[in-house]
Amino acid sequence: MTRADAVARVAAAAGAKSLIVACNGMIGRELYARADGPTRFYMIGSMGLASSIGLGLALVQPARSVIVFDGDGNVLMNLGGVAAVAAARPGNFHHVVFDNAAHGSTGNQRTISDRVALESIADAAGYRVCRRASSERELEDALTSWFDVEGPSMLLVAVDRGNVRGIGRVEPSPTELTSRFRAACRSF
Amino acid sequence: MGRAFLELLERHGYDFFAGVPCSLFEGVTRVLDDDPRYGYVSAVREDSALGLAAGAYLGGRQPVVLMQNSGLGVSVNALASLHQIYDIPTLLVVSWRGQDGDDAPEHAIMGRIMDRFLRLLQIPFAVFDPARIDAQIESLTATMRATQKPVALIVPKGMLDR
Repeated sequence: MTRADAVARVAAAAGAKSLIVACNGMIGRELYARADGPTRFYMIGSMGLASSIGLGLALVQPARSVIVFDGDGNVLMNLGGVAAVAAARPGNFHHVVFDNAAHGSTGNQRTISDRVALESIADAAGYRVCRRASSERELEDALTSWFDVEGPSMLLVAVDRGNVRGIGRVEPSPTELTSRFRAACRSF
Repeated sequence: MGRAFLELLERHGYDFFAGVPCSLFEGVTRVLDDDPRYGYVSAVREDSALGLAAGAYLGGRQPVVLMQNSGLGVSVNALASLHQIYDIPTLLVVSWRGQDGDDAPEHAIMGRIMDRFLRLLQIPFAVFDPARIDAQIESLTATMRATQKPVALIVPKGMLDR
């Protein structure tokens, strides 16, 4: 399964009202290309911090579903962020990790997630629900009710290496992204 | 002093607190740890605290991040590629270990360069003065709101220890 397709499927299951924080690199760009909207925040720098941003957001917006679109490289760069989520235990926090065991944005250099199961780390840390989806069928099966279940949850989606052609950059400026996302938080 | 300082911050609209402790502001973190109304998040690292603050700001809060100055090193990328470019106004409360050159060796260099370091990162700052702290917070907050970017209050030894 390509990462871009997996990103689009998870975004569709999340719905337009859920607040999504996407990590830097191709995952954010694919979300922007396939399912942009005012409830999406694209972190273009500060690698590793999407889960921390999502946690801060989940704590102050307890009535909203907060979903972090993360990558294996990002999660590994801020493993303490996983512990922080587990410790705070926000029921509205959902961590979706698109794992290709590679740094997809810099040329697919390998990470170490082929030998370290990130969903097992989240489970050991204390996330309520953790699951790995390794095929389109397993992903569809997981997504039927994934975001209705109380979090914190981690859904690890194993995806192919490589980038789909024609995915552009996130076009709005960082300050525009901040303004529109804050407005979307106020408006529902 | 810790509680009075927090009440001062609350009067200026700050309503989300995250950080990593330092003995120089132990009086503040003691209150934050004990009083659940602050919802204080004890962060695993200073850049994680900045991520939490950014998320809280996106969700409508006005954050404060507390850290020892050693944590500024850890925070450079979060400040430069998150807070500064996304316009995330945050009050940084940063202790000043190594200020007088008579501190533990690990604080010597950051203690010596801290003012220049903050200028390089384009972060306006004030050094805690107990006689003027109300005016200092007011002025820092006004700058932060006007620029929509982080500002810092530097806390030397003896100001917020208790």
